[in-house]
Formats: sequence, C-alpha cells, structure tokens
Amino acid sequence: MKALLKMRETQLALCIVALIALVGVRAPVFITPGSLANLLTDSTLLIMLALAQMLVIVTRGVDLSMASTLALAGMMSALLAARFPALPLFVVVLAALGIGLVLGLVNGYLIGYLDLPPIVVTLGTMSVYRGMVFVLSGGAWVSSHQMPPEFVAFPLARLLGMTHLVWLAALTVLAAWYVARHSRFGRDLYAIGNEPSSARYVGIPIARRLLWSYGLSGAMAGLCGYLWVARYAVAYTEIAYGFEFTVIAACVIGGISIAGGCGSVAGAVLGSLFLAVIGNALPVVKVSPFWQSALTGIVILAAVLINARNGKQGGRQILPLHGLNPTGPAA
Amino acid sequence: MPTSRYAIADRQGFRIRAALARRESLLALLLLAAFIANSFLLPNFLDLDNLADGTFNFSEKALIALPMVLLIICREIDISVSGILALASVAMGWANANGAPPEALLPIAIATGTLCGCLNGVLVTRYGLPSIVVTIGTVSVFRGLSSVVLGDQAYTGYPQVMADWGQGYFFDSIPREFVILLAFAALFAVMLHATSWGRRIYAIGNNPVAARFSGIAVDRYRLVLFMLTGAMAGLAGYLLTGRIGSTRPNIAMGWELEIITMVILGGVSIAGGAGTIAGVMLAVFTLGTVTYGLSLANVPGIYMTIVIGILLLATIALPRLLSGRKK
Repeated sequence: MKALLKMRETQLALCIVALIALVGVRAPVFITPGSLANLLTDSTLLIMLALAQMLVIVTRGVDLSMASTLALAGMMSALLAARFPALPLFVVVLAALGIGLVLGLVNGYLIGYLDLPPIVVTLGTMSVYRGMVFVLSGGAWVSSHQMPPEFVAFPLARLLGMTHLVWLAALTVLAAWYVARHSRFGRDLYAIGNEPSSARYVGIPIARRLLWSYGLSGAMAGLCGYLWVARYAVAYTEIAYGFEFTVIAACVIGGISIAGGCGSVAGAVLGSLFLAVIGNALPVVKVSPFWQSALTGIVILAAVLINARNGKQGGRQILPLHGLNPTGPAA
Repeated sequence: MPTSRYAIADRQGFRIRAALARRESLLALLLLAAFIANSFLLPNFLDLDNLADGTFNFSEKALIALPMVLLIICREIDISVSGILALASVAMGWANANGAPPEALLPIAIATGTLCGCLNGVLVTRYGLPSIVVTIGTVSVFRGLSSVVLGDQAYTGYPQVMADWGQGYFFDSIPREFVILLAFAALFAVMLHATSWGRRIYAIGNNPVAARFSGIAVDRYRLVLFMLTGAMAGLAGYLLTGRIGSTRPNIAMGWELEIITMVILGGVSIAGGAGTIAGVMLAVFTLGTVTYGLSLANVPGIYMTIVIGILLLATIALPRLLSGRKK
C-alpha cells in the first residue's frame, strides 16, 4: 500500500481526482457525466500522441516533428477526401496513417541508421513537413463543407455511449501497454534508453529499433492528423502549431524522463489527462483563458521539480539487484 | 607521428584539405554560391539599399543566436528565448504606458530578460534539471504571463528613440541593428575564442565532470550563460519592438527553432564542446541571403522553412552519407 502511494502514477491520479473535485466544488456543472465525457474526448488526441512520444523519449530521443507530421497527414487526408468524395473512409484513414508512417520512418532512418542527433533531425523535418502543408494546400483552408459528411462525423460519432475518439484512445492505450511492457520491441527501447552501449553489446539492433520507434510515432501522428482535421472540421497550415511541446509536457508531467530509459504508459496517460483537466477547468471556474499558458508552464515546472526530488535514486529498476546499491542514471 | 600517452600532440599546421572539409569553409562556399546565383537570377539583388534592408530579417534572431552558441557548446539549450523576448517587450510596453522615460526602456528590457534567464539557470543548476524540459516549461510561463498582461490588447505608441534603433540607419544607409549585430558578434568571438573564459566553456561542453574536477565552477558558468542569453533576448526584444512599433502576445512566435537552426547549421554540435562564432555568422548570412533572394523572387515565406529544414538536414546528414558510415 505504501509503495503504491509512493508511485508517481498514483500521486498523479490522486492529483487529477482532487483537481476535478476542487473545480466541481466551485462549479458543479464540471462533474456532470456529460462534462466529464467531454473532458475525456478532449484529452484523447493528446493521450494517443503522448503514448507514441513516450516510446521515442524512452530511447533518449525526442520527436519535435510530431505536430508537423500531424498537420501534413491531416491536410493530405482532408485534400484526398475533398478531391475524391467517393473514397471509402477507411482508405482515407489508412492514407493518413501511411503518410505519417513514411514521414516518421524518414526521421527514424536519419536517427537510427545515420546516427544523427534526434533533436536536430526532427527540428529539420519539422520545418520541412510544416512547409509542405502549405505547398500542398497552396495556403488555402479545407473547410467542413468541402469534406464528405462521414469524414467529419467519424471522430465524434458514438459507439456504446462513448465517442469513437475515446474507443480509439482506449485501444491505443492497450496497444502501447502491450508494446511497452510485454513486447521485445518495447523492452529493447527501454534498454537502448538506459544504456545504449550495453544495448549494442547484448545485440539489440539499435538502428532498426529506432527506425520503427520513430515510424510508430509518425504513424500515430498521421492517424491523429485525420482525427484532428475531422473533429474540428477544418484543415489549415497552422494546424496543431506548437502542439509538440504540449505532448512532450504531458510526457514529462507523467514522469517520463527526458534522459531516457524510464517511463510508463499510465504516466503518459495521466500526464495528458492532467493537462486536459487544467485546460477544461479554466473556463469553467472563470479563469481568463490568457492564464492557460502560464498555468500550464507552472505545472510543467512543478512536475519536473517533483520528478527531480523523487528521481534521485535514478531510473526505474526492472530486475532487483541483489547486494548491489542501485544507482541508475540521474533523471 | 608516434603517439604515447605521455605525449601531447601539437596543434596541427595548416592543411588545405582539412581546411576545405571544415563546416565554415563549406558554409562560405554555399554563401558565395547563393550570392552569385541570386545576383545572376534576380536583377535587383545587388541594389545596395535593398541588400542593407535585407539584414533586418535576421539581425534580431542572430543577436539571440550568439549567446545560444555558448549555451549549446556548454551542452545546454534554451527553448524559451522567444518567450523571454515577448515578456521583455511586454514589460517595456507596460512601463511605457505607465509613463517611464524613453531611456529607461532598454534597461527594463535587458533586466527582464536577465531575470528570466536567471530563473532558467537556477532551475537547471540548482535543481539539476535537464535544460530542454525546464525551458519548455518556462516558455509557456513567459508567454503566458505576456498574454495575461496583454489580454487581447497590444501596446503601441513607443517613443521615437526605439524606432531610431529598431529601424534606423547609420549614415542613412547601414541599418543600426546590423551594426549592433556585427559588434556583438565580434565581442562574442573574442570572448569565446581568445579568453580563458571561452576555453572553459568548451571544456565544460566536452566533459562537464572533468571540467568540474579541473576546478571550473561549472554551474556558475551555466547560470551566467542562461542569464546572458536572457539579456540578449531582452536586447533583441527592444530592437524588434522598436522596428515593428508594437507588442502583441504572439511577437517572435516560433523564433526559438529558427535560432537553434542557425546555431546548428553553423556547425555547433548539439552534443556540446564544438563550434565557432564564425561558423554561426556564416550560417546567418547564408540563410539571410537565401531568404532575401526568395523574397525578391516573390516566393512565400513558408517555402523558406522548407529550405531551412533541408539545409539543416543536408549539412548534418551529408558528411555521414559521404563517409559511408553505416551500421
């Protein structure tokens, strides 16, 4: 019980519940089921992106091009749907996913096989992808009346009372949990992040693992690109501008160390939920929206400060070390 | 040459092939190529007044890039510079609206910037946090505070002296911002390359632990560099606000990535310990020439981001591809 309470995920979950309760006391409308369901729907895209970003950050990398990939895949799927309205929806979604995957694999190739620093590579592809959104669309908007109705309707359509977005996010959480905890691919990513040179000695194909971890991040951004465009029923050049930092912030709040090798699916989900709760609560308690960015920043700083306090003993121990004083890399 | 671990090799003499393979020489060639191509393709390219005005596009960013070079050499990074710039601009606007004398505005901007940089530096050094995470957090704090103060308003009505420095000329032809940039570039180059202070920055970037053991107060250097970056962002905020004559919450949005691109394109290693001011200034001029050429050719500004991105990727990927290093 004590160990459970000491876990960051539990603390974060308690924080979120407390926050929701506090806001609920000020404004009871916030804790009605409808409002909470909205909150959940609003947080889905952030959750899905944070999970993919987590798998990248765990390898000591970072994907700054995520929001640009999202924008490019979203714009291309919107253009595709507007140009060929007869195309079945799943083809459009697959196209968005595929585009994202290709863009992610470009990152992955440069980082994995050419051994270039992730922050520089994704900084470069970030500008290139964002520029290509403009080139493809000619700077014009694709608005809702140009898109086929089922293209726009899908994300918010309901299945068993929950929106499709929530179901997709739930599936993503399950998949990410499986990949991170139980697949060899996922465990290799943790190994690479913890100690790259040891990972190489034990024969982990680092380049291939990195290639696919960025590919996965791109594919997720592609899928979210379609969902984003369809949900807000508009595609334009500036879509999701700056969102990569929100995603990284969600990961950091969730206790995923930027130094690599440590982080959990629950952490990424809770970090995203935390940011979403703050975002949705501010208007409800009549805090001016201008405060949102400042409060988010303060939350991020507080989270990393707490991280630094807790994380002094280093990365998460996967196997117990008998008779050894565990000293992992500093978070 | 026989090497043993008791011998320390002398500095290599001048070798023409080694000199040609350096990032600075490649950039200089690229700059020359861009310049020549532009002057053939664009009839008005060599118009001196236009050329001088073209420097406005990059002067403020380059002013922030200079201290960023030192930070990145030192293995740190500051994502929050555009937020600092915005907050400095807001502080000036607020002071100006509340009757501060015009000559107080520059100190206010620089003090605001230094204070912001100090916050970054304290969080990084005192609490041992990674600078990328800290500055992702502080950028939303700084920009958030700006938007809290500004709301959906804008500050305008700045005194003439700011316009003089932001958009004015020396001798009616040389933009003052450009002169300021050149002066600071010279200052930073001397500091980094000719003083023991600069050598220690390289030492920290190459191996912080060894640097600490050799008696360098590593954390103090880091703190000072963050404050310096903040101060320069404040100065750039003063110039930019003077140039455009107003402060809005989205002022200098997205600049941090352009600035970091300049630094990396200039050959500063993101892993720390390597890089020169000359290289970064060459990158600044190359980007400036390309931007200026594209804008003369009426190419929309966003194409520029593609060009910058590809340049960045090509300059770091090409050496690897050419050396055939594959695993």
